[in-house]
Amino acid sequence: MASDAQAIRRGVEDLIGAYADCIDEDRLEEWPDLFGDPCRYLVISRSNHEAGMRQGVMYAATRGMLLDRVYTLRHANLFEPHRYRHIVGPIRLKSADGATAIVHSHFMVARIMQGGDTTLFATGRYVDRIDISAEPYRFTERIAVLDSDRIDTLLAIPI
Amino acid sequence: MAHSEQPADDGIHWPSNGISEVPFRVYTDQVTYDREQECLFQGPTWQYLCLEVELADPGDFVSTTMGEVEVIAVRDTEGTINAFVNRCIHRGNLLCMERQGKAKKFTCMYHGWTYDLEGKLTGVTFERGVKNKGGMAPEFRKDEHALRRLRVAVLGGLVFGTFSDTVPDLETWLGPDVTRGLLRVMNRTPYILGRNSQILPNNWKLYIENVKDTYHASILHLFLTTFKINKLTMPGGVFINADGGSHYSYAKLDYAAETAAYKDAGLRSESELQLQDSSIVDSVDEYGDGVSVQILTIFPGMVLQQVRNTIAVRVIRPRGIGKTELEWIHLGFDGDDEAMTERRLRQGNLIGPAGYVAMEDGFIGGFVQRALHYNDDGAGIVMMGGHEAQSQPFKASEAAIRGFWKHYRALMGQ
Repeated sequence: MASDAQAIRRGVEDLIGAYADCIDEDRLEEWPDLFGDPCRYLVISRSNHEAGMRQGVMYAATRGMLLDRVYTLRHANLFEPHRYRHIVGPIRLKSADGATAIVHSHFMVARIMQGGDTTLFATGRYVDRIDISAEPYRFTERIAVLDSDRIDTLLAIPI
Repeated sequence: MAHSEQPADDGIHWPSNGISEVPFRVYTDQVTYDREQECLFQGPTWQYLCLEVELADPGDFVSTTMGEVEVIAVRDTEGTINAFVNRCIHRGNLLCMERQGKAKKFTCMYHGWTYDLEGKLTGVTFERGVKNKGGMAPEFRKDEHALRRLRVAVLGGLVFGTFSDTVPDLETWLGPDVTRGLLRVMNRTPYILGRNSQILPNNWKLYIENVKDTYHASILHLFLTTFKINKLTMPGGVFINADGGSHYSYAKLDYAAETAAYKDAGLRSESELQLQDSSIVDSVDEYGDGVSVQILTIFPGMVLQQVRNTIAVRVIRPRGIGKTELEWIHLGFDGDDEAMTERRLRQGNLIGPAGYVAMEDGFIGGFVQRALHYNDDGAGIVMMGGHEAQSQPFKASEAAIRGFWKHYRALMGQ
């Protein structure tokens, strides 16, 4: 069992690492592949989330919606070019059965503008429901709960 | 065009007496900013405070801002909604720190002075001194003191306040068209789906102008043209109220044809670009009048929007010459079923800080502000659709922007 737990942990860490990597290294086209279909991806402020309000900043309920977000970001939205750097903190496996793992982790996201300005753009935590029934693991649900209610200027790239 | 340049008191030079050319210095000048706080935000205007449903019961309060000024709105024990400045009369401390809550009275944390829900001073700690020593000066009378009160009005479940004793009642001030537009959207009891807030790196006026600008939407917002959203949109129009400051624009959509088109999407040619998941634009005609977009502004800094089935109040809060906080209050209505709520949430991807047709509005003002940095001589051109600020039966117009400047100049004395 111990080795099972280690295997689950390793699979979860791989998924969470791959998520940050594909965003930060600008391989966004790989991002939707990390989710199941249907799925739930939601970026939401902590105050909305804790009040039980469902409105987020960015929301996808299907892999198609994730693909549309990537396509749109590449071709149909204008914004000043920038990249992120995710630092993902302690990854805690809250529970796992044969099919699903509940995983919490913390994040800090720096935003690097094309001119070089680097700022702390977002902090918060991921609340994940991960399909571990087959490898590679996939997110069934990933909620990025933002500590702050405020977003500087805009949110183009997923958190 | 020849202009007689007439310098105003604060050094802003308006070309001619027009409203179709706007001096760039209005976005960069500190004196102007300060005067706006006095003449607009504390002047004869009605400004959004909160939703009436947020003040459902006696004691329910919301603390917010009007311009830069901290205010509180609260329902008192009689059921009346009161609003007053959130500043203790004693030493000027912020009286209420919480954004929202329920209170029997307001107590200043600094020295414990208390106020009732009408803003009247009811308690002064150690008023008679301690062990009969000290205490307030004998002529000080609590009942002569209260928090500065605002006038309050409610329309369509939205609570408004004003510092002005002279501004007409809200509906008269808005005029029949804008009142009608507001009540059309707010025709049921709303509830809050959530809030979002953006810090915009620009002067607040650049954002409200953007909202009133019906000209840019199909140009700046590539999403609409890329995916041919709104291709079944029918011409709309613009209503501008008498003083020019408030407006609404609208466009209709052939909902049935659009639904049919998306159902037939599988039959469309591969080369035609389409959304992988069209549920973000899957709309229903919830008002039954075919209008798919209605953007309404209330001078100086409030927006009420219907973009398909996304309903939101936007509040534009100046936070310095080059900084603005934009709050989105996303609404649903009592009676929404789960399908409707999910529809609103999915369509929520169109609006807000990450909105497919709103994202660009988040940065464009910042680009203008950057370009104006130490480069603010001259004036911008606002002549699309002519020089006037009157209602028009078409949307490729800057008439609503001119309306803003018409009322702005009147209140600023420029």
